[in-house]
Formats: sequence, structure tokens, C-alpha cells
Amino acid sequence: MTAAPSAVTIVGASLAGLNAAEALRREGFDGPVTLIGAEDHPPYDRPPLSKQVLAGDWEPDRAALTDAEELAADGIEARLGVRAAALDLAARELTLDGGETVAFDSLVIATGARCRTLAGTEELAGVHVLRSLDDCLALRADLEAAPQRVVVVGAGFIGAEVAATARGRGLEVTLVEALPTPLGRVLGDEMGRVCAEVHRDHGVDLRTGVGVDAVEGGDRVQRVRLSDGSSVDADVVVVGIGVICNTEWLEGSGLSIDDGVVCDATCLAAEGVVAAGDVARWPNELFGETMRVEHWDNAAQQGAHAARRLLDPAVGPFTPVPWFWSDQYDRKIQLAGRVRPDDEVRVVAGSVEERRFAAIYGRAGRITGVLGFNRPRHVMRYRAMIEQRASFQEALAANF
Amino acid sequence: MRIVVDFDLCESNAVCMQIAPDLFEVRDDDFLYILNETPGEADRSRVQECVQRCPKQAISIADD
Ligand SMILES: Cc1cc2nc3c(=O)[nH]c(=O)nc-3n(C[C@H](O)[C@H](O)[C@H](O)COP(=O)(O)OP(=O)(O)OC[C@H]3O[C@@H](n4cnc5c(N)ncnc54)[C@H](O)[C@@H]3O)c2cc1C
Ligand code: SF4
Repeated sequence: MTAAPSAVTIVGASLAGLNAAEALRREGFDGPVTLIGAEDHPPYDRPPLSKQVLAGDWEPDRAALTDAEELAADGIEARLGVRAAALDLAARELTLDGGETVAFDSLVIATGARCRTLAGTEELAGVHVLRSLDDCLALRADLEAAPQRVVVVGAGFIGAEVAATARGRGLEVTLVEALPTPLGRVLGDEMGRVCAEVHRDHGVDLRTGVGVDAVEGGDRVQRVRLSDGSSVDADVVVVGIGVICNTEWLEGSGLSIDDGVVCDATCLAAEGVVAAGDVARWPNELFGETMRVEHWDNAAQQGAHAARRLLDPAVGPFTPVPWFWSDQYDRKIQLAGRVRPDDEVRVVAGSVEERRFAAIYGRAGRITGVLGFNRPRHVMRYRAMIEQRASFQEALAANF
Repeated sequence: MRIVVDFDLCESNAVCMQIAPDLFEVRDDDFLYILNETPGEADRSRVQECVQRCPKQAISIADD
């Protein structure tokens, strides 16, 4: 579609979708904007779901990103509690759950991802995943019931935060991780060990290198059997073993789906169709690599970029330096860049012992990433160097 | 134009500092400092970018 869009339909009413809608208005687009979302809630922020809301420090309304009034004021029509079931590109038509069809002109796909579950645990009370506000409130109610023992499966960022929040509530926590070090596949073993020590310092029973063989119980979960033959009693289990993209509704649509919606460098998936956020896979030219990023900042920026791309074909490639934060106990962990576990790692500020440091990653002579424990300033300075494609030597020589 | 930061919301993640290091600085004490609260109009679009990108929605612009 070379003509400017006459109307924009956005599927997925969360961070990426909302940022797309807001960017359309910021850019002066004054045609109809419709936001279709499967959840009943107006768009809300997910990071507090494993932190302040789960801890009980915030009521859910503090996580709201907008409300019905604001949406109406921006002329954004929100159809909430409505799921898109199919896409017909040729007819430029969406089918909603229930069979209603809706014509669209231009489309933003922002349906994000959902949690992987442990097969066979779906019916067992006390077993949780954490993605939505409803998930969070169900888990929070179970934690408030003062369980004896919480088992968290998966020591990725979400699992680590849930473990930290549950410890903050004074609960006994066992954290089970299949890898030899938590986040080892992301941060490398050396930094993964630091994460492990932080959990142990806070009294978490961390079991690494073990998988889950079975989650057992009657109506309610009672124990988790591990692959090393041991078993752990549990009255609450939280499963944090990664996500699956919500792309089933796009099957047969003609869009290319490969662990996400495949886009070009500008976030375009087909004529007049863009994708953004956790669901989008695109070649990031800054890194010469195709990626899909599951971070807050990416969803917000990519939503806005994709919207601008719909309005103006001259909008260039989307080339961010991925960045996120994770709050665990009293540590604010931040990672920027695109690191691999076998990159060279050097601590450039502070020390690992005091758990307040910045470490940079390098590969093939270039700085690839920066990890900070309570070092936001350093993370942002090195992030700028990554953006400028600085060499590892230059980064090592920098003094912030 | 005046920059207003709600320090109860700010969590010092330095996103604003990356966009406008001449206006915002997170120092070694982990607190955010506003280096220039009343920048000129030429800076408006950068400050607006900070408003939009702050993950905590802690920044706003007052036109008084
Ligand atoms: C508990 C938790 C904590 C997090 N903490 C951090 C953090 O500290 N730092 C960080 O950087 N990132 C964090 N993240 C990640 C961040 O929240 C995500 O990257 C972000 O939410 C992605 O936004 P999105 O809009 O792409 O997708 P999502 O937020 O997944 O939203 C997609 C929306 O689309 C809807 N949808 C799905 N299918 C359909 C359909 N067929 N029709 C209509 N609607 C549909 C879904 O219901 C959902 O509302 C966290 C995530 C979680 C879950
Ligand atoms: S971006 Fe927002 S939260 Fe981060 S330091 Fe600036 S004002 Fe604070």
C-alpha cells in the first residue's frame, strides 16, 4: 500500500499496541484507530506484576498504562475482551472469536506472548504461571494464604523476580533451574554464578542442573519431583520456563511465522501490515542479526516505530540496542546489548563482591553488551557505545 | 518549558540520561539529578522523547 492508511487496526492491547496507537496520534494521524485486545483490562504494565503488585505494595490500578477516558480522548476505539481468531490478508479482513468479521485497512500485530506451562499441571490448584494481571492476582492470593513452601521452576528473570518477591514476603523458596547456573545461557557462567550467589545470600534454596520430573498432588499441588531423584514439598508452584508467541491466529494468513511474525528491517510484515513487541522478529541492522526481543523498552519503541512505518514508507530500519532491567531483592540488574555466553566479560566498575558493578561483554573486537548490578549510569553510557559500534578496546579504555 | 520529575516514581534507570545527558544525570549515589530544569524550546522534542520513554512515566513538562 503506497497510499497513506485511511484507518489502522491494532491487534493486542498491551504495551506495543498502545504505543503504536499513541504514536499514530502523536504523528498527526487523524483516521480511525481501533485497538482489539483479548484481555478485559485496559492496557497495563507487566513489570510490576512480578514486583510491586505481587509483593502487595501496589494495588493493580497503579500498573494501569491508560484508562477508558484517556483512550477516548485520543480517539482510540478499544474493543477489549475480544480475541482475533484469523486474518485474511487478501480480503483485508479479521475474524474475531465468535465469528464476527471486521474489515481493516492497515494492521499492527502486537499479540505478544504467553507462558509455557508444564504439561499435566494445568488442572492442579496451586500451580501458576505469571504473564497477566489475572495470573498475578491469583498467585498473590495464594502467597497471601501464607503457604509453607513455594517452589519456582526456572531461574530466568521472571522466576528470579518471583523468588525474590516471595522471599520478601518471608516465605520459604526453592528455585529449580535446569542449567548449571541461572541465566548461564544469557550472561555466561561467570555472571550466572553471581546471580546464583545473590539468591543464596537471600536464603533461597537454589537447585541448579536439575529438571522437574513431575508435579504431584491431589486437587492441590503437594510436591515437585526433581530429576536428581529428590523431591520438594510445595503448596505453591510458579512455572517460569519461557514464553510462546501468540501467532496461532495468523496460521494460514500468508504471513511468515517463525517463532514470531517475520518482518523486514522496518517492522513491515506485508503491505500495510506491521508487527511489534514480543511477537515481532526482525533483522536488527545494528547487530546484523535477526532477533525477537522480550523487553519492555523494545515493545514500547517498536510499537511506535511500526506505527510510523505505516504512515511513512520512508521510515528507516528499527535498530535499537536491546535493554532491560530486572529488580531482584535490593538489586537492580540491567542488561543492554546482544551478548552471548561465550563473549569475553570484563568488570569495568565496582566489584562483583559488593554486588554493585558493571561488566562489559566483547566479541570479535566489538563491545556487544553491558551488565549492571545497581549501576544504571554505567549501563546507559556503555549502551551508547554499543549503539556507536565502539570497539571492545575503546570501551575498556573509557572511564565513566 | 520546565522539566518535572516525580521522584516517588523515578527508579534511576537512566533512560532519560541516555537521551539527554546534558539535562539528566544519574550519579554514583544512584539518584537522578536534573542538570537544567528549564531548557529552551530547541530541546523540547528531546524532552518529549524522555517523557515517552521513561518506563515509570515519571517525567512531565510544565509550561508555566
Ligand atoms: C511478570 C512480568 C515482568 C516483567 N518485567 C520486566 C522488566 O522488569 N523489565 C523488562 O524490560 N521487561 C519486563 N517484562 C517484559 C515486558 O512486560 C514485555 O516485553 C511486554 O509486555 C511486551 O509487550 P507486548 O505488547 O509486545 O506483548 P504483551 O504484553 O504480551 O501483550 C500482548 C497482548 O495481546 C493480547 N492478545 C494475544 N493474542 C491476541 C489475539 N489473538 N487477539 C487479541 N488480543 C490478543 C494479549 O492478551 C495481551 O494483552 C516483564 C513481563 C512479565 C510478564
Ligand atoms: S527515565 Fe524515568 S525512571 Fe529512569 S531515571 Fe529518568 S526519570 Fe527516572
